Amino acid sequence: MKPKGWRELPPGAVILEAGNAVEFKTGSWKAFKPVWIEENCIQCLFCWMYCPDMAIKVKDGKRAEYDYDYCKGCGICALECPGKKGQKAIVMVEESR
Amino acid sequence: MARILAVSGNEAVAEALRQTNPDVCAAYPITPATELMQRFAAFVSNGQVDTELILVESEHSAMSACIGAAAGGGRVATATSSQGLALMWEMLYIAAGLRLPIIMSVVNRSLSAPLNIHCDHSDAMGARDSGWIQFWSENGQEAYDNTLQAFKIAEHMDIRLPAMVCMDGFIISHSIERVEYLEDSEVKNFVGEYKPFNPLLDIDNPKSFGPLILPDLFHEYKRAQHEVTTKVTDIVLDVANEFEKISGRKYGLFETYRLDDAEIALVILNSAAGTSKDVVDEFRNRGTKAGLLKPRLFRPFPYEEVADALKHLKAICVMDRADSSGGYGPLFLEVSSALYQVKKRPQMINKIYGLGGRDYLPQHAEQVLSELVEIVKTDKVRIVKEYIGVRE
Repeated sequence: MKPKGWRELPPGAVILEAGNAVEFKTGSWKAFKPVWIEENCIQCLFCWMYCPDMAIKVKDGKRAEYDYDYCKGCGICALECPGKKGQKAIVMVEESR
Repeated sequence: MARILAVSGNEAVAEALRQTNPDVCAAYPITPATELMQRFAAFVSNGQVDTELILVESEHSAMSACIGAAAGGGRVATATSSQGLALMWEMLYIAAGLRLPIIMSVVNRSLSAPLNIHCDHSDAMGARDSGWIQFWSENGQEAYDNTLQAFKIAEHMDIRLPAMVCMDGFIISHSIERVEYLEDSEVKNFVGEYKPFNPLLDIDNPKSFGPLILPDLFHEYKRAQHEVTTKVTDIVLDVANEFEKISGRKYGLFETYRLDDAEIALVILNSAAGTSKDVVDEFRNRGTKAGLLKPRLFRPFPYEEVADALKHLKAICVMDRADSSGGYGPLFLEVSSALYQVKKRPQMINKIYGLGGRDYLPQHAEQVLSELVEIVKTDKVRIVKEYIGVRE
């Protein structure tokens, strides 16, 4: 895409299209990434609800794998995850590993 | 039919705000703000306007609430002074960058320390680079007229920029003078109905204000902002023409007084221009060709027009009621930049006067004009920047 010149910009940098965050992949920001451990998952979908972006995928009403393109590694999903019998279904691991 | 009243500058501007009937006013109406907003609050309490008055906990919040309301799609106004304007500093840039036509009355008062809330232009001069349009007013009448015109200019669909209308603290804000008000219906017609532009409250068309703009686009946004600002002068003149038709009062980018055939002149803002005009007359009576230029539009500064008006002079003194320690006064910088582009230009000096409410007296104007006469005679500038009316 050709970068825009100054004459083509919307006044005041206002974003006029809703939901355009899908165009901005922020997955490269993260230092820690969440890992989903399915056996500990009770399908509460708290992670899906709390995720500030759209990194948690849901398929047929059930938790599915991460879309890491949109995960900044904020760790909110891991924090909110109630897990099963004291075992978290989401843990944060260092991105480099 | 115009109504003629004896009112303070604050009352005159509050009346202009009543007649323009903003949707939202957010203010922090305690010192160093003047009683302007208190006057307007009375209109709100008495049901004379439809305005939602938001009383916030600081001036920073006042401007923040104004920004929110303007982005929401409302006509927005506020007023401030001195430290209050200084506290708004961060938000001023955001109002301009988001292209929100907020109208703000600035009653010019000094900045601490030492603590002082008397007349001084340091507050508005500090906001010079924030992207706001700036109008300066000599008296209550001009403050009233400029406020009405500011709405029409700032809200113009080609502009959409915030504007501040300045008047001198105490000297104008608290002094009672003759002011001619337009009829409510005339103002309503003149200013017109507010047209929102990309309002947030248009929920069928969701949008976001204030995104992160990284180095790949920021420079372009600033360039675009400058372009919009360059369109302001033409619209200021168009609106002035339209205003003259309903009021009989003529406005330009600046006022010239006995300048056309002058050899020496003062360039001076706001109320002190009135005092200076009397002294210009005295010098004229004595056969000295003195004149005066009083800027009205300070941002954007009309460089070419000012240079055209001043280039024939032999010597000029630019008078600043704001200082830049270690630098020249802000008005001097603009006028000398304007004249630098002219091949044969006048000698120029800069006087700092009236800081923190120090009276500017006719003898000060006389002293400066006499120095200009001397400069013309000797072709020598003794000192470029000097303080006048200061005790040694």
